[in-house]
Amino acid sequence: MRVQWKEKAMRCVFGAAACACILAVLLICFFLFANGLPFFEQVPVLDFLSGEVWRPSSGQFGILPMILGSVYVTAGALILGAPLGILTAVYLARFCSKRMYAVLKPAISLLAGIPSVVYGFFGLTVIVPAVRETLGGFGSSMLAASLLLALMILPTVVLQAEAALRAVPENYYEGSLALGATREASVFRTVVPAAKSGLLAAVILALGRAVGETMAVMMVAGNQARMPSGLLSGIRTLTVNIVMEMGYATDLHRQALMATGVALFVFILLINLLFSALKQKGVKP
Amino acid sequence: MKKKRYLGSAFIRLLCGLCASLTAGALALLVGYILLTGVPHLSASLFSPVYTSENVSLLPALFNTLILTLVSLAVAAPLGVGGAIYLAEYAHRQSKLVKAVRLTAETLCGIPSILYGLFGMMVFVLTLRWGYSLLGGGMTLAVMILPLILRTTEEALLSVPDSYREGSFGLGAGKLRTVVRIVLPSAKGGIAAGLILSIGRVVGETAALIYTAGTVADFPDGLMASGRTLAVHMYVLSGEGLHVGEASATAVTLLAIVAGMNALSALLIQKSAKGENHGKNHR
Amino acid sequence: MEKIIVENLNLYYDGAQALKSVNLRIEANRVTALIGPSGCGKSTLLKTLNRMNDLVPGCRMTGRVLLDGQNILEANTDVNQLRKRVGMVFQKPNPFPMSVYDNVAYGPRTHGVRGRARLDDLVERSLRSAAIWDELKDRLHKSAMALSGGQQQRLCMARALAVEPEVLLMDEPTSALDPISTGKIEDLVAQLKQRYTIVMVTHNMQQALRVSDFTSFFLLGEQVETGETERLFSSPQDKRTEDYITGRFG
Repeated sequence: MRVQWKEKAMRCVFGAAACACILAVLLICFFLFANGLPFFEQVPVLDFLSGEVWRPSSGQFGILPMILGSVYVTAGALILGAPLGILTAVYLARFCSKRMYAVLKPAISLLAGIPSVVYGFFGLTVIVPAVRETLGGFGSSMLAASLLLALMILPTVVLQAEAALRAVPENYYEGSLALGATREASVFRTVVPAAKSGLLAAVILALGRAVGETMAVMMVAGNQARMPSGLLSGIRTLTVNIVMEMGYATDLHRQALMATGVALFVFILLINLLFSALKQKGVKP
Repeated sequence: MKKKRYLGSAFIRLLCGLCASLTAGALALLVGYILLTGVPHLSASLFSPVYTSENVSLLPALFNTLILTLVSLAVAAPLGVGGAIYLAEYAHRQSKLVKAVRLTAETLCGIPSILYGLFGMMVFVLTLRWGYSLLGGGMTLAVMILPLILRTTEEALLSVPDSYREGSFGLGAGKLRTVVRIVLPSAKGGIAAGLILSIGRVVGETAALIYTAGTVADFPDGLMASGRTLAVHMYVLSGEGLHVGEASATAVTLLAIVAGMNALSALLIQKSAKGENHGKNHR
Repeated sequence: MEKIIVENLNLYYDGAQALKSVNLRIEANRVTALIGPSGCGKSTLLKTLNRMNDLVPGCRMTGRVLLDGQNILEANTDVNQLRKRVGMVFQKPNPFPMSVYDNVAYGPRTHGVRGRARLDDLVERSLRSAAIWDELKDRLHKSAMALSGGQQQRLCMARALAVEPEVLLMDEPTSALDPISTGKIEDLVAQLKQRYTIVMVTHNMQQALRVSDFTSFFLLGEQVETGETERLFSSPQDKRTEDYITGRFG
């Protein structure tokens, strides 16, 4: 039975290909942890996470400034980008004319694909000078980074939130209309609450993007490895910490950067976990 | 009945419209700025076949981008498409393997590119001792785009009506023949769209490449040579601060390629969705 | 002479019983109609005859189905060869998204027929048998998706005939078609029975009366009554058959 043999062989080949993803995750975990964890034999985890000084030349490895940098920049981006994105999505899904939609939707999809260096370049040449001129300081700052990241996550928030809003059954909306509520009230009292977990998932996805963004942030954030001291001060995020110093780091310094990667990885995994939990909840309303 | 005015509703509507125009405005500003500053600097010297630090030609970078795209697709496409075939055509929906693959693919999707870069550096540059190389960069990006290809292909396969499969089985065709001759050709539009989307991802990537493929600005000697892609080139240029106009022009080129890829991908999806309407049958 | 004998067939989907000890004899070169309300198991039985039920996860069968005396439910049956011998036409026309020619040639190619001349000949004969050659001979290389529903269904019949089956299973083949296309398919069935054994599921009792020689009535997974079509419709022996038939005729 040659045909049978071929069928079985190809089934195995396809099955092996499917396992590639599992293998990739295992390899990534293995290499990250194998290279990052030995660092903690030299420097206790708590000192690493809560240390306020990052001075590799004198053996001080505290990444609290970077953790806070990531948290602040991301929070800023979400505060600016999430409401804007969700309201835009509501407009697209519910209030927008067909012709308007035909223009807006492709434009926003296009923006989702723009490379982060292009965003970074825009930030460097437009946002940074604008911040400098209107508010003073150097311009490269937490504010500039938050503004840029807000712009970068907008397409993600809009596209995901729109999909979540469209997944709400039409009869919720119609039911509310039939009770005499206006279109706007119906949307915000029935459709938006029903899409709540989907909208939250959109924000979380954007959160993951913002935490993980590297190049664009590096181009506008100033990148000083010190505790953040205000909206106009320069800051450094976890991602930037890795990419800035990896080029010349050796020995313990390199291990410290790997450990920074581990910390980032753990953050991202937690965010992912949250995202998939919310997405699953969104499936069955 | 007299029409009542609803101030609150009008306000909400205005607010949504305002947000949408703000979004659209910000995005228009971004694209407009890049085009306005970049297009005037699109000169012949920028596409010169010889790179010098004067002309900062992007031709080598363009070439490297092409090589890197080919390498990463050559690795990721067979794995992604093959894996998707397994998930969509062979595996039971609820099996443990399918769940594990889904979970890990989702995890891979969420990992930031800098971590891929770190991973690629540890595996290809250091452990395998390839040094900074296009091959290493391509492999790193292959891992990065794998989940994207897997997911888009699986969706494309699942959108092929079951009636095609039944028709083929009903004629005595085996699984493999049904997949290769009926399902894959029917899904080729969607699969191509996914592949093109992942090309867009490769073209735009920077963080994962700096420490895997390196930043050498010239044409490579081979796959084991270092080379910067267009996005990396653009990053280096804008960091130096000397060639802002050229950086802008490079951004325009980059934008054109990525936008072209995404538009092509969207078009293919639209087209294949239309093609299916004819035979939309079910069990 | 019987082509197919179903003996004590039980079928379960995920534990729910869909067929209950069905016994049925299907005569060679005759049209046998399976009728009954929807969900009665008639389609399920049909799909057992070429093991298309294998595609449904959680499907389990006991009993025997003999095709020319061979039990096709045995594990070592080559289902691909079985399906070559027992062809199938589906409820909704399901041409492949390829040309008319490639649709018909798909089956023969699957079973190793090579060579332009042989395939050309086979395609023409099959399309002629399905009484659609004259309509399609000028558009053999156009997409099959552009045909009308009735043409698509006759193309699917030609496609099934091209692998030279012995039995043809038809699962409500006209339910998605207009009356004129339905008439053409029914005429075709009457011609084809000289060469093939045909089993047809239909929800339309006039159709059963028009085209079939034997009719089998199913209810809730049970085979209630089987007999010559004329006799079954004129003097049903089982009360349930009578209720069903008269209910429909008003």
